[in-house]
Amino acid sequence: MTAFLLRRLIQAAAVVLVMSLLVFLGVFAVGDPIEILISPEADQFERERAVKALGLDLPLWQQYLVFLGNALRGDLGRSFVFNEPALKLILERMPATLELAIGATVAALIIGLPLGLYAGLKPNSPVSKGIMATSILGFSLPTFWVGLMLIMVFAVQLGWLPSTGRGETVTILGMRWSFLTSDGIAHLIMPALNLALFKISLVIRLTRAGVRETMLMDYVKFARAKGLSPARVTFVHVFKNILIPVVTVVGLEFGGTIAFSVVTESVFAWPGMGKLIIDSINVLDRPVMVAYLMMIVLLFITINLVVDITYSLLDPRVRLEGKQ
Amino acid sequence: MTGFRRAAGLAVGLAIAGLASGSGQAQTLTMGVGAPVTSIDPHYHQLSPNTAVGHMIFSGLTRTDANARITPDLAESWRPVSDTVWEFKLRQGVTFHNGSPFTAEDVAFTFERVPRVPNSPSSYAIYTRPITRVEIVDSYTLRLHTASPYPLMPTDLASVMILDRETHANATTEGFNAGPMAVGTGPFRMVSHRNGDRIEFERNDNYFGPRPAWTRVNYRMITNDAARTAALLAGDVDVIDQVPTSDLAKLRGDQRLTLAETTGLRVIFLSFDHMRDDASPFVTDNDGKPVPRNPLRDVRVRRALSAAIDRNAITERVMENAAIPAGQFLPEGSFGYVPGLNPPRFDTEAAKKLLAEAGFPQGFRITLHGPNDRYPNDARIIQAIGQMWSRAGVRTAVEAQPWTTFVGRAARQELSAFLIGWGTSSGEASNPLRNLTATFDREKGYGASNRGRYSNPEADRILEQAMRELDDAKREALLQQATRIAMEDVGILPLHIQKNAWAMRRGFAMEARADELTRAQDVRPAAAR
Repeated sequence: MTAFLLRRLIQAAAVVLVMSLLVFLGVFAVGDPIEILISPEADQFERERAVKALGLDLPLWQQYLVFLGNALRGDLGRSFVFNEPALKLILERMPATLELAIGATVAALIIGLPLGLYAGLKPNSPVSKGIMATSILGFSLPTFWVGLMLIMVFAVQLGWLPSTGRGETVTILGMRWSFLTSDGIAHLIMPALNLALFKISLVIRLTRAGVRETMLMDYVKFARAKGLSPARVTFVHVFKNILIPVVTVVGLEFGGTIAFSVVTESVFAWPGMGKLIIDSINVLDRPVMVAYLMMIVLLFITINLVVDITYSLLDPRVRLEGKQ
Repeated sequence: MTGFRRAAGLAVGLAIAGLASGSGQAQTLTMGVGAPVTSIDPHYHQLSPNTAVGHMIFSGLTRTDANARITPDLAESWRPVSDTVWEFKLRQGVTFHNGSPFTAEDVAFTFERVPRVPNSPSSYAIYTRPITRVEIVDSYTLRLHTASPYPLMPTDLASVMILDRETHANATTEGFNAGPMAVGTGPFRMVSHRNGDRIEFERNDNYFGPRPAWTRVNYRMITNDAARTAALLAGDVDVIDQVPTSDLAKLRGDQRLTLAETTGLRVIFLSFDHMRDDASPFVTDNDGKPVPRNPLRDVRVRRALSAAIDRNAITERVMENAAIPAGQFLPEGSFGYVPGLNPPRFDTEAAKKLLAEAGFPQGFRITLHGPNDRYPNDARIIQAIGQMWSRAGVRTAVEAQPWTTFVGRAARQELSAFLIGWGTSSGEASNPLRNLTATFDREKGYGASNRGRYSNPEADRILEQAMRELDDAKREALLQQATRIAMEDVGILPLHIQKNAWAMRRGFAMEARADELTRAQDVRPAAAR
């Protein structure tokens, strides 16, 4: 396990380095931040001063080396727009995105697993067919449209839930969390559900396919033949085995949710990282863009690692492979 | 009996307390704004949303009213005492939110700080640079010396928010954003600030100006247009700004809402490649081959392109009446507006004739560029113009791009013709003349946004004369003259001036500002009927 972890960590470091170069080049290729940021009334003198102040007068390779040197010391640069450390800005926004992503993932599992299980166990019942047909909508409806519809129905027409924004927060470990207040929960429901819609459908389909495949396996037949109760067969023997693909996909999806919840966050004015990155792209705030993308690279590497470890806990065969 | 009396008295007291807290509740204003505030530091980043919040927390020496006219703020009066000296008389008895008194020292400190804010991506130093020396005559009299006559001093100083020497001596931008340094003389004090999400204010009861109607203000940033409108409809916010033109008709018909509208100061115009004598990058003949000489250098071609545009169709259909057709930089009533300089008449035949006179009887091909995420309906406007030009014989392709990509290309003179906008927040004509149509000149600092590199020495000469003229009437006449020249040359091709719209729940009223700023002090409860 240690050798496995070590190997993965070295791979990760290499990926981070290559990504930093790609990200830097990519961000550099888009537009001129000074043109975006500076007041149109600024004269030539003022423009030149701003170019210098933001370090944009240096050649690209020098800018990259400065960035790399600072990054090794844990400094990912200062935002052009806010004049605050990019990392601090991102971390400030992280709890909002995390609780949204976790909310969506939990909703996906709570709703998706039972429905998928039912659809897999009783594939021919009309209810199952209904579930499967509805799940197609979850895949195909665009998130921003569903988000606006949710707002129109539950906030504007019915007035049950607040339309946008994040609710009251409490500070824990220096971070602001809203899921511990009732106002916060009320604000969280719609965006989390909106973000979960695609995932629910995904979990339903994965679970159903897994159940249908596993039910035909010899060990399930054997378990049945042994006279185990249907509940035990389903929840111990079948369920545990179908969880492997579900965990993989939900894990990777979780990373995607954190990284790309942009649409939901902007529709619901949710002050998370996705909104920060889209605002930053709009004003070419390069340090924030670079820092954000680097964070996401790290996030995906970590998630993959966690998924691998979870595998080995769920499936002894993976552990054995590691030992050989 | 006394017991009864006491009980009755208590009941009345409670009722009054209840009323008081009830009305206290009604005095919270929640605003939903479309553009994020990037900094509370009033000297860090020049950007309209920052200016709006700056006006709530801080004050300048002068300020602009809703129609962009200069009025007193911390200065009660001002006058030029000589060609190169402005004297400002300051308001007495003003204190900052923390009780520190406001004096001339603070103004001097502010002018020292403005050019020294580190990392500023868009500094306010352009407004303080003309000042060569600050002379403090007494605590409430100030003389500002300039190298040459500088008539724009009172206009420029409306943009510079005054800070306190005692409080802000070592203030950093982060200190403002975090709250402790957000101390001004304005009508509100900042209670909390959550970057990109919301800012909370409470009323400054010691404010020297008119008392705002709200004890608390919740200033929320909702950048998505549909979500902002929905938040208003759901009653989560009381007022929204930047109402999308497509929603205007629907909101106007909604009984629960009212609108506040005014003609703005942002002109949308086309800019042409005036720089190249030979082939322009996006102009070809009808066979797609480069044209050896740049047709856009010919004023007849530019006039033809202007006459070929039906501005009324654009303002009525594309902009859904949220704009007025424009023939110059500013709307009527502004300083330097030229009476009678109207938008050219829409006349396709006249356009064809002008093109033939210029040696292009068969027209030519051109690509018209523009942003697709910057101004209301920007991409649709250039599509409409493309069709109008094609009808006049100039076969036009249209290319709309995100602002971030587009603006850099425009600034590098890579385009032949493009749509862009200009907001004259100061509301006077020297501002667009200096920036948009004056010859690009690094030393003088003129023409910095003259992306097409239009140049007319005569207009430059008159503008420079105006910039040294302290007499308002004479200066206005000169500015009108320069504007007329630039417009007759079609140095830029003005299309329309946008209207600004705010929507609010019934029971609220707002003074709509020409400069697009959304400030809580402009909102009040509608007069009871």
